[in-house]
Amino acid sequence: MRAKAIFFPIFLVLFFLFSGKVAAGEPTELEHHGDSSAVHVSDGHNKEQKVDITKVAFEHILDSHSWHLFGEGHDAVSIPLPVILKTNNGLVVFSSGEFHHDTHGTHVVEKNGERFVNFEETIYYASETPNVHGQYLEMEENGSEWHPKNAAPLDFSITKNVAQLFISAIVLILIFSSIAKAYKTTGVTSAPTGKQSFFEPLIVFVRDDLAKGNIGHGYEKYVPYLLTVFFLILINNVFGLIPIGANLTGNIAFTLVLSVITLIVTNVNANGAYWHHILMPPAPKWLWPILIPIEVVGILTKPFALMIRLFANMTAGHIIVISLVGLIFFFESLAISPISVAFALFIDVLECLVAFLQAYIFTMLTALFIGAATADHSHDESHSGEHATESH
Amino acid sequence: MNSLFILNALVTPGVGLIFWTSIVFILLLVLLGKFAWKPILAAIKSREESIDEALKSAEKAKLEMQELKAGNEKILAEARAERDALLKEARDTKDAIINEAKTKAKSEADRILTSAREQITNEKNAAITELKNQVATLSIEIAEKILRSELSSDDKQKALVTNLMKDVNLN
Repeated sequence: MRAKAIFFPIFLVLFFLFSGKVAAGEPTELEHHGDSSAVHVSDGHNKEQKVDITKVAFEHILDSHSWHLFGEGHDAVSIPLPVILKTNNGLVVFSSGEFHHDTHGTHVVEKNGERFVNFEETIYYASETPNVHGQYLEMEENGSEWHPKNAAPLDFSITKNVAQLFISAIVLILIFSSIAKAYKTTGVTSAPTGKQSFFEPLIVFVRDDLAKGNIGHGYEKYVPYLLTVFFLILINNVFGLIPIGANLTGNIAFTLVLSVITLIVTNVNANGAYWHHILMPPAPKWLWPILIPIEVVGILTKPFALMIRLFANMTAGHIIVISLVGLIFFFESLAISPISVAFALFIDVLECLVAFLQAYIFTMLTALFIGAATADHSHDESHSGEHATESH
Repeated sequence: MNSLFILNALVTPGVGLIFWTSIVFILLLVLLGKFAWKPILAAIKSREESIDEALKSAEKAKLEMQELKAGNEKILAEARAERDALLKEARDTKDAIINEAKTKAKSEADRILTSAREQITNEKNAAITELKNQVATLSIEIAEKILRSELSSDDKQKALVTNLMKDVNLN
C-alpha cells in the first residue's frame, strides 16, 4: 500500500517534469476544484453557492492526507496515503482512503476501538453522535469562527508533503549517486557530461561562493550540509511548481526543521569570540542590560527569519498564481481567462526564478551565520552578517 | 472555511511533518554525504588539482623552453666565439708559416746567391788563370815564331842585336 502510494507519484512527477507543461496545467486543475466547491459547500457555515477562492487557494497550499490528482468530492481521483496516528492506546495505521474524500468530519473511521474523523485535514477523535450538520464533532463558536472541541491524536501520517519529501529525497539520492558514479567511471580527467554538467556548476557554486565565500577557513566541513540544504530546497521548490506537486517548501513545519538545524549547526560550531560578542558586547557596560538580551534574541531571530522567508516566499507565489486563476471565478466570466492565464504564466516563470533564488538565499544565509559564528575576527564578521540578513 | 482558521493552520507547524522532515533530512544528509557529496567533491577537487597541475606544468615547460632557448643561444654564441678563435688561430698559423717560409726562402736564396757568387768568382778566377796560361803559351809560341823568323837570317840577327844594343845604351 505504502510502496504503491509512493511509486505512483514518482511516475507522475517524472511525467510532469518532462512534459514541460508546468504553467498550463494549473488552471485546469483549479477549475475542477472550483466546480466542486460550488456544488459542495457543505460545512454548514457558508451558505453561498459560490466558489470560495480562499478555500481553494488554501487547499492547494496546506497539507492533506491524500494526494489529490483531479476531480472533486466523491468523484475525485486521489492517491490515498497512510494515516499514522499516535493515540492514547498506541499507534493506529490505516489508509486515508477510508475517509472516502471526506474532510468535513461526517465520515467516521473506526480502528482499534477508536473512532476518527477528518475535519479540514486535521484528524480528531470522533464524537459519539453527529451534530446537526452530520459532523461527528462538537463545534464551538469562537467569535466568528467555528472550532471542533474534540481532542486530536498526534498525527504522524504520511501526508502529501511527507510523501513528496520522500520522493524528493529518493530523487536526490538517485541523481547524485549516479553523478558520483559518473565521476568514478569517467575519471576526473574528462569534462563533465549530461547531468554532471548541469549539477557540477551548482555544486561548485555552493562550495565556492556560498561555503568558501561566507565561512572562509575550515569551510570544507560544512559543504555537505549546505549542499543538502540547497538541493533539498531547490528540488522541492521546483516540485511545488508542478500542478499536482505538494507545497512542501511553503510549509512552515519543513522550513522550521531546516532553520532549527541551521540554528543547531551554527551554535554548536560557534567559537569563543561569537559567545564573547553576545555575552560581553563591545559596548559601554551600562548598555549591556539592553544589548545582551538583544544579542541573545538575535541567536533565534536569524534562523526564525530563515524559516519565515522561505515559507512566505513559496506560499505567496502559490497564492498569487491561484488568485489570478481565481479571478475567473470571482468575476464569473470566461472572458477574464486570457488575462488570468497570461498573468499566472508570468508569475509561474517568476516562480521558477524564485525557486532557485530562495534555495540560494537560505543556503547563503546559513553559510553566513556559520561563518559569523566561526570567524576568527568575530566582531566585524557578525555585524556584516546581520546587515546582510536585513537586506534580504 | 474561515480565513482566520486557515491562516492559523498555515502558520501552525504540524508535528508529523516536523518529525518526518527531521528524519528524512538527517538520513539524506548522511546518505548524500557518504555516497554523493564525498566522491563528487573529491572528484571535483582532484580535477581542479589536475587542471592546476597541468597549467603549472605548462608554465614550467614554457620556462624550460625559454631556458633551453637561452642555453641554445649561449651555446651558439660560444660556438661562434670558438669558431672566431679557431679562425684567428688558423690565420696566425698561416701568417707564421708564410713568414717562416718567407724567411727560409730568403735565407736559402741568399745562401744560393752567395754560393753562386762564390762559384762565379771561382769560375772567373779559374777562367782568368786559364786565359793567362793560354795567353802565356800563345805568347811564348808567338814569341818563338817571331824569334824564329827574326833569327832566320844573319842580317836580322845583327839588326836585332844592334837594336837590343841600342836599347841597352838608352838605358
